[in-house]
Amino acid sequence: MSQLSDRIFGLAVILVALVYIASAMQIQVSFLSDPVGSKAFPIGVASVAIICAVVMILRPDEEPEWPELWTVFSIIISIVLLIGYSYALKPLGFIIPTAIVAGALSYQITPKPKFAVLSGLGLSLGLFVLFKFILDLGLIGFPKGWFV
Amino acid sequence: MDILANLSLGFGIALSPYTLMLAVVGCFIGTIVGALPGLGPSNGVAIMIPLTFSLGLDAVAALVLLTAIYYGAMYGGRISSILLNIPGDEPALMTTLDGYPMAKAGRAGDALVISGFASFVGAFLATIGLMVLAPLLSRVAYQFGPAEYFALYLLAFSTLGGISSNNQAKAALASCIGLMIAMIGLDPNSGLPRMTGGNLHLYDGIDFLVAIVGLFAVSEIFFFIESHGKSSAVGIKVDKVKVPWAEIWSTRWTMLRSSGLGFFAGVLPGAGASLGSFMTYMMEKSIAGEKGGFGTGVAKGVAAPEAGNNAAAGGALVPMLTLGVPGSGTTAVLLAVLVTLNITPGPMLFTERPEVVWGLIASLLIANFVLLAMNVPMVKIFVKILSVPPALLLPGVTMVSFVGIYSLTGSYFDLLLVVAFGVLGYVLRKLDIPTVPVILGILLGHQMEKQLRDAMVLSDGEWQYLFSSGISTGLIIASILGFIAPIFLRRILTKPQAVSD
Repeated sequence: MSQLSDRIFGLAVILVALVYIASAMQIQVSFLSDPVGSKAFPIGVASVAIICAVVMILRPDEEPEWPELWTVFSIIISIVLLIGYSYALKPLGFIIPTAIVAGALSYQITPKPKFAVLSGLGLSLGLFVLFKFILDLGLIGFPKGWFV
Repeated sequence: MDILANLSLGFGIALSPYTLMLAVVGCFIGTIVGALPGLGPSNGVAIMIPLTFSLGLDAVAALVLLTAIYYGAMYGGRISSILLNIPGDEPALMTTLDGYPMAKAGRAGDALVISGFASFVGAFLATIGLMVLAPLLSRVAYQFGPAEYFALYLLAFSTLGGISSNNQAKAALASCIGLMIAMIGLDPNSGLPRMTGGNLHLYDGIDFLVAIVGLFAVSEIFFFIESHGKSSAVGIKVDKVKVPWAEIWSTRWTMLRSSGLGFFAGVLPGAGASLGSFMTYMMEKSIAGEKGGFGTGVAKGVAAPEAGNNAAAGGALVPMLTLGVPGSGTTAVLLAVLVTLNITPGPMLFTERPEVVWGLIASLLIANFVLLAMNVPMVKIFVKILSVPPALLLPGVTMVSFVGIYSLTGSYFDLLLVVAFGVLGYVLRKLDIPTVPVILGILLGHQMEKQLRDAMVLSDGEWQYLFSSGISTGLIIASILGFIAPIFLRRILTKPQAVSD
């Protein structure tokens, strides 16, 4: 089948929506409730989502062009990098994680090592100066205790 | 004259040096954002929102800056359309049809100047239209109760999805995803948590800024990794920029007609600028007929869509300011700004915070002249910016987005959500599911549910109450028609795809 993507996504939506409805059923209701209540709207929306997903499964569109395996791999790497960045920003400060992640992303887009290193360093330092000294945001440059 | 008195109030605010500077800075950033392929008005404004808040700008200043970016991006979108045959943003798609052939024929400078003027005419007339129409509409809006607002939200969802996608089921699904996300957090009526899975981070709900930045900005980097930045093809050089007065004068009726139609398309909830430029191009093409030579690089073919999309950009502000229902993706983002600034859009805005509305309108008028100056004599500066390699640009955009969110909330959890929304945005866009309804759902979900529940409280659970007034019945019928009509119209009007060389 060349129209698998829409069907898989539709199926995933149905599963999520069912879980959603199930957890909406569990919502605690306060004793002072209005006629509609806390449950009706989420359940209604999730039901409409299921109908849409069924239509997607029955009448899928043409298959989009998915990237080749190697590209999928580099997208996954960049997702992991960004997740790591989210965790690193607070303990490690702005400059070091930003230089690494920006450089790595740059390399993923255009694989030129020298350019990637330079854009990582340039972006990290340039943005730090911009944010810290021109826009006056409260960023921490380095881990605490390095330059005290 | 009410309008004149209000305008003088507005100019009093807009002409203060600080506000003026923000407008100029906004226009400059906006034009750059619009010109860069892959960055459009919605993600441009989205990236800037968190930064604006971290800077601690007040309501008027923040709005002026962000709407100047919005207008600027609408102007700037044409630059890459004409020079690279890649629309800088979706509404600029139609400009490639005649702009790129003109550029290939060695008339890139002319195309840029004509489209710049057309943008100015469209945006200027639309701002005047906004000035006249918005106060009128805000008076009608006084009659809106919960039932009417619920019907209006319904209309926004059905038409926004209907036009922005090729598949109604996918558009409706996108709205549902947004609404489902909006339900996460504390129930506004009972104050009890819903759909949080016991995760304390989710008790406050998911901030729509996080969703906007993820869906619009971070998802972009995955597309560039996929294409390895190939889309930045070597463009055409601009030699001398002269103003072809005669040609501009010959397009005067085209510009006026397109501004009118574009404004109308913008005012319709959910239609927005892409439809505006599409409709105006098609209209002018049929008026010009076979001899008009549309598609081969004629001035009218450049002027029509640019006047149309800029007029629509102004028109889309009308429902956003008066009713709180955005007319396009970017106005949805601007609505997020208003909500975050604690300004409730709607009829009361015009009486309670006139300085916000009229300061904004006056700044838009000023911004237009600034943009004309930037986009005609100084257009070469922006052409240079197109040569920034994506391998530098996209990491930069991503880092700015992350810092923006981080400095706003200071929470690593929100950054994780940004990544999650980035991945979601990538998958949705791959499957041709529009992302704008998702944003709209997150943004309007609470209000929509609240209005429905308020309506039911008023009527004691009688659902016929939703049809109790002419306005609400009309809106519900319009939303059903607006949802169904594209299914049939799609056979006649196929969404234009980018021209292949």
